[in-house]
Amino acid sequence: MTDLVNSFRTQPDAEGHFGQFGGRYVAETLMPLILDLEAEYRAAKADPAFKAQFDHLMKHYVGRPSPLYYAERLTDHFRKSAPDGKGPKIYFKREELNHTGAHKINNCIGQILLAIRMGKTRIIAETGAGQHGVATATVAARFGLPCTIFMGAKDVERQKPNVFRMKLLGAEVQPVTSGAQTLKDAMNEALRDWVANVHDTFYIIGTAAGPHPYPELVRDFQSVIGTEARAQILEAEGRLPDLLIAPVGGGSNAIGLFHPFLDDAQVAMIGTEAAGHGLDKEHAASLAGGSPGILHGNKTYLLQDEDGQITEAHSISAGLDYPGIGPEHSWLHEIGRASYLPITDDEALEAFQLCCKLEGIIPALESAHALAALPHKVAEYGEDQIVIVNLSGRGDKDIFTVADAMGVAM
Amino acid sequence: MTDRFANAYSKGPALVCFITAGDGDTAANLDALVAGGADVIELGMPFTDPMADGGAIQAANLRSLGKGTTTKDVLAIAAGFRARHPEVPLVLMGYANPMVHRGSDWFAAEAARAGVDGVICVDIPPEEDAELGPALRNAGIDVIRLATPTTDAKRLPAVLAGSGGFLYYVSVAGITGKQQAAQASIEDAVAKLKAATDLPVAVGFGVRTPEQAEAIARVADGVVVGSALVDIVGRDGANAPAALKEFTAALATAVHTAREPAL
Repeated sequence: MTDLVNSFRTQPDAEGHFGQFGGRYVAETLMPLILDLEAEYRAAKADPAFKAQFDHLMKHYVGRPSPLYYAERLTDHFRKSAPDGKGPKIYFKREELNHTGAHKINNCIGQILLAIRMGKTRIIAETGAGQHGVATATVAARFGLPCTIFMGAKDVERQKPNVFRMKLLGAEVQPVTSGAQTLKDAMNEALRDWVANVHDTFYIIGTAAGPHPYPELVRDFQSVIGTEARAQILEAEGRLPDLLIAPVGGGSNAIGLFHPFLDDAQVAMIGTEAAGHGLDKEHAASLAGGSPGILHGNKTYLLQDEDGQITEAHSISAGLDYPGIGPEHSWLHEIGRASYLPITDDEALEAFQLCCKLEGIIPALESAHALAALPHKVAEYGEDQIVIVNLSGRGDKDIFTVADAMGVAM
Repeated sequence: MTDRFANAYSKGPALVCFITAGDGDTAANLDALVAGGADVIELGMPFTDPMADGGAIQAANLRSLGKGTTTKDVLAIAAGFRARHPEVPLVLMGYANPMVHRGSDWFAAEAARAGVDGVICVDIPPEEDAELGPALRNAGIDVIRLATPTTDAKRLPAVLAGSGGFLYYVSVAGITGKQQAAQASIEDAVAKLKAATDLPVAVGFGVRTPEQAEAIARVADGVVVGSALVDIVGRDGANAPAALKEFTAALATAVHTAREPAL
């Protein structure tokens, strides 16, 4: 039985705080709406019809449950170089097989159902790599709501296939030319649009961050990942895993995998942050290279200078190119329940290629950051132990970036 | 409320002028605003991510940060202003992260030392007051809150609790410098706010002309103008003070004479 007093799964508190993190740092114009959203989310959570509708769409539209797959050749590969008896069994949670090719759709289904419950008639979202933009455009099309996606102009340029996908799905893509023209700036612009259109617009935030209740509700919708994985590994192996690994930008796929396991003390968890060119150079590792601060509605670890000005992030993965992280990860980091490992662009690229060649799976560059933790960790785990890696998305969108990094002209 | 606010709002409707610190020759620009007739000064603290601001003030933030403006510089500009203008109330306006980064007590103490009377923090709503509010009030600085068209009667007491100086009514649900609200809706909102508080009520967002300012001044205790002034700084650079003074004078005349009977 779970001891609720000592549970790691009861956050946030009533004010939306995960320890010192989270909260509701928004302009007054948005506060009433945020409070409405919270009330509506509480009502939806208690409504069996809402859950039934969510589950139905998850099964028939998204294609869940996603498989838990034993990556046999990758397991063998690491055992060859590991000390005797070392090298755990590696499983992939196959979120890349979801409709739209990533975990993002789980959250979008949940949020658009909330939007409809609240009577909102227009959808907006921010996107970095375009995965969340595509997932949002998808559910907006499915439910017949007009949709505007804010995307940094630089990301529009480096993620052309996803931009076209969003347009095919009927969304308007609004390139954002302020700041560094990436995810952070897209989020600023989405907030500006939202504050001017609160009466009819629902903002589908793409990660487990932003003002309360977003970090909580995004986590809850994404927790389908961990809930499934827990049941699947018990069925496959008759026991819980020893280690979970997931990539962390904002960290929605990671918190979705971790959360259902948080009270299983024997399960270790690693979130991989994007270390870009290295922690001493340009990177996007807000835990390893940042400090607590306030941005985009929540208190969390941020990349910032000595005056609290936000500094630019860098990662080869557009989805990790953000100077912050979801507040629950900041909390898990501070209390030590999860640990976070910086992974460089080069390490991710190597893992990307290894996964293609050994498993016949082209992973998203975000997911490749999780795979790249394996060389750091396999020697610590025995052959009878189990690691689950969250394969959060497929890598078709990244082939141009990878080709460029490999010096291949396409 | 500090005496400076009380004085500024006791003489009839007040003109509240905003510019961004570190954008242009800020000391000279501030002096021009006062010379033109500004009653209250709001000095914007630049931030990399001004989420509640429209294009004009976003650009001013970037111009300022691009020149390397630091928090220390902003506080020095404030202290310089206080030395030159002992009577004019001075408000620092900005976003939470630069204000709390070195600790709210540090910021409150430094702002008080610089002679700041009030602070507007755009992204700290009453629900997160503990982050900065107690430190400011302990240092004798008013926490100036925003009320908006979405702030309903149920929520208003929470907004007013712990607030001081004046109440800033954001007349449109939106960002700075864009459209202006209909006069009728402003009158209605101000009447409701004034029934709920003794604080002066200043109205801003989207006020760009003396005509708009005059109409608002007939019903509100203050009129806030920001983007239109910041645009002049961006346009005229080193020559901005002359144009700022002229435009502020037109605004001030409109505001200060708004309640005089028409001839």
